[in-house]
Amino acid sequence: MLSNAWIIPAIPAVSFFLVLFFGKRLPLRGAEIGITAVGASFVLSVVAVFQWIDRVDNATGHSEGLRALGRGIFSAATGHGDAAVQPVVSSITWWQNGLVKFAVGTRVDGLVVMMLFVVTLISLLVHVYSVAYMREEVRFTHYYAMLSLFTASMLLLVVADNTLVLLVGWEGVGLCSFALIGHFWEEKPNSDAALKAFLTTRTGDIGLMIGIIITFFAAGSFDIAKINAYALSGGANHALLLAGAVCLFIGIIGKSGQFPLHTWLPDAMAGPTPVSALIHAATMVVAGVYLGARMYPVFFKGFSIAAGGVNFMALIGGITIVIGALLAFVQRDIKKVLAYSTISQIGYMIMALGVGAWSAAVFHLFTHAFFKALLFLGAGSVSFSGSHHSFDMKSDMGGLRKPMPITFWTFIIGSLALAGIFPFAGFWSKDEILVTAGKDGYTAFLVVGLVGAFLTAAYMTRCIYLTFFGEYRGHGHPHESEPLITVPLIILAFFSVVAGFINAAPLGLEKFKDWIEPTVQFPHLLHPAFDTPKAIISVAVATLGIGVAAYFWFRREATGPLHGLTERNSLARAGYVFLEKKYYLDVLYENIIVAGIKGSIARGTYWFDQHVIDKVVNSLGGGAKRAGRFVYDTVDQKVVDAAVNDIAEVTGETGGLLRYVQSGRVQRYALLLFAAVGLLALAILVFNI
Amino acid sequence: MGLNQFLILSAFLFCTGIYGVLARKNAVLVLMSIELMLNAVNINLIAFSAFRTAVAGQVFALFVITIAAAEVGVGLAIVLLIYRNERTSDLDDVDQLKG
Amino acid sequence: MTPIVGAAVAQNVAFYILAVAMAIAAIGVVRSQNIVHSALFLVIVLAGAAALYILLAAEFVAWVQVLIYIGAIVILFLFGIMLTRAPMRSTGDLDNSQRWAAVAVSLFMFGVITALLVDAYGGKQIKLKNSLVVLGNSGTVASSIFRNYLVPFEVVSMLLLAALVGAVVIARRD
Repeated sequence: MLSNAWIIPAIPAVSFFLVLFFGKRLPLRGAEIGITAVGASFVLSVVAVFQWIDRVDNATGHSEGLRALGRGIFSAATGHGDAAVQPVVSSITWWQNGLVKFAVGTRVDGLVVMMLFVVTLISLLVHVYSVAYMREEVRFTHYYAMLSLFTASMLLLVVADNTLVLLVGWEGVGLCSFALIGHFWEEKPNSDAALKAFLTTRTGDIGLMIGIIITFFAAGSFDIAKINAYALSGGANHALLLAGAVCLFIGIIGKSGQFPLHTWLPDAMAGPTPVSALIHAATMVVAGVYLGARMYPVFFKGFSIAAGGVNFMALIGGITIVIGALLAFVQRDIKKVLAYSTISQIGYMIMALGVGAWSAAVFHLFTHAFFKALLFLGAGSVSFSGSHHSFDMKSDMGGLRKPMPITFWTFIIGSLALAGIFPFAGFWSKDEILVTAGKDGYTAFLVVGLVGAFLTAAYMTRCIYLTFFGEYRGHGHPHESEPLITVPLIILAFFSVVAGFINAAPLGLEKFKDWIEPTVQFPHLLHPAFDTPKAIISVAVATLGIGVAAYFWFRREATGPLHGLTERNSLARAGYVFLEKKYYLDVLYENIIVAGIKGSIARGTYWFDQHVIDKVVNSLGGGAKRAGRFVYDTVDQKVVDAAVNDIAEVTGETGGLLRYVQSGRVQRYALLLFAAVGLLALAILVFNI
Repeated sequence: MGLNQFLILSAFLFCTGIYGVLARKNAVLVLMSIELMLNAVNINLIAFSAFRTAVAGQVFALFVITIAAAEVGVGLAIVLLIYRNERTSDLDDVDQLKG
Repeated sequence: MTPIVGAAVAQNVAFYILAVAMAIAAIGVVRSQNIVHSALFLVIVLAGAAALYILLAAEFVAWVQVLIYIGAIVILFLFGIMLTRAPMRSTGDLDNSQRWAAVAVSLFMFGVITALLVDAYGGKQIKLKNSLVVLGNSGTVASSIFRNYLVPFEVVSMLLLAALVGAVVIARRD
């Protein structure tokens, strides 16, 4: 499977066509094909995972395999040598233009098999969930077709071995995101949201494409392995690497919803909830992080991450953590809370990459996929069965923990994992980020990370309170969802608990470091040991966050003076409005930048078109007309026709003159005959004799 | 006798015939002038026949006479026809081929 | 040699008399204002030509000349004159407008031909011998025709037939 990894994206791609053509006639309206295809891809991905683990163990001589997980979690693993484990590359040359080879191929290493596992698992759970959730919705078959296409594109992106194939997958997921967000396009806000998502990520894609071009010219190839090798080689052009890293990072900002291109993600919640779970929590938005992890040497060397201090990547990640978390506080819509949470968590991943914590970032990606998908699917379950298809927490939810216990408890597990509470998955991954942030000279980011942890715990508590506690404010009849919905929740909750243990450093289970972190074409990173004091501080901070929020919301009476503060105090009110208006960024983007361009530039170009271009065209036409008339009048009529007519006239005149020779009188002819003969004879006489 | 006597006489008759062909109005007179020219040629032929002691010249002259006879016959028939149609034997009036 | 010299003188004299007569008659043909006179002048020319032929010992041709030319062709001319109602009296209307050009051309032609003849045959003599007489014999001429020139003879026969038929066709009243 490792060398035939192209099959894994191919199966959903085929399923896309099959669902499109045959789905409507099937009893489940196409869902069977989709589930089967993604199920097959999942099975193959699991096979790939085991094959890769085997490969690593064979290369390092270390053969613990998964038995390490089962063999008692407290036995420390022995140290392993940093033996080189080559990724499995299989590629064919598509075409060659001079020295430039355009290849299509796959490259499988630890990072790839991890992503394959995550993507196919969550896609499979979403497919199953959607059978129930989307049962009565329109365009069921097309929905499944686009889900299949999305899965295929995401998998293609993951296994790509060169930046061009990656770009194909990148654009493919962008397209499917547009199609799926706009699934309910009958309402204009939904299609607007889809367009906003597409265009905002497109803006980032400009940077991505320029970055691909720059890396091509720097490294001389589109092949990711070659680009990474070039970045790590001593003779790399640093300015070029920095430019390439910046441009690629712009693409990452767009796709992963980082500041300042994060505005599309909350609006993208207009799509169906399973779509939000799959695309905007677990897979597509982490495509940017994946790119950063894949081409890490470019970023590492370009941004000089080893040097410490503040670099662009960590800065953006840090800013995003905070602004995302702050915005999650002022949302009424449960999905929007989760969307801002996603923005914030991806900020963690980006910050981790920026401070040199590669394994931590990838590990957080891994765990985040599970609990964020869980939270989204849980929100979907709440709306499906609890709040009569509404997502508004303040007006339609409340007190749902009694009627929907499974949803409630899985949601609690997901929130605890998100908040980073021991021993759930999020604790291990977030903690590793904070540890590395603290160690490598990036202390400021450690602080940012802790603040973010506090805020995360707080807003999730608010969210849980509004949804599951208090009085039921809605209009429906809340009940637990059907098994097709709750079983995926349970599966994801299971993973949210245990996923962390794969790379639990203090327990000696650094499997991510063993299996996932590349050993070829990879900068040498520091791996700070587990720092117990920091771990305790982070858990304490998170618990503090939960406590403060719980106190504020659960005990409203006790915090009496603080309630309604934002309505009474104008300064607080201003702060609230500032947050509510999402820092006026949307105003900036839509009303100022876009409208300005639409308005003035459009008007300017219209004026230019009418008065300059049309003038030129019209005058050219008029000039041609005049030239034509001139040619006709003078050249054709006076010159050509005159010549022709004069020739005819001359011929006529000459004929008329010569006509007189033909007098009709024979004797005249005879006279001329004899005269001519005489002259001829004379001539011969004179000249020849 | 000098050869040239005969030849120059022949030339004279021939040129007189030319004058007659060109200058006479009546078609019959033109035919007569043509006979003049043919006779001039005959004299020439016989003179050369005597000069070279060859009988071919005389044979040729006989043929010329024969042809002259035929030609006058046909020519006069044509003149008669013209006279019948145009009521004139004046060659100046026969100018239907005028261009 | 005297008979030959005497003969030569006699021949020359004969020739010159004939030549002058023919010349004057020829001019008469083309200058006479009476059409019948022109025909009669033509007879003199033809007769003179016959005499010249005898002078040159071509007796058969001479007799044929008299027979055909004077005996048939001139009669034909007279018939033509009568049938086309040509004016049989003296009219001033027998020359057309281009006669001066015709004079010029004729004189010019005469000049050119004479110059040529003088240049080519000046000084050549016709020697009259007995063999010449044999040559002009009808037997010699006939045997030449029927032996050497049989095909032209037959062709001329055909031509005469064609001319005969043609003349009848052209001139008949229908």
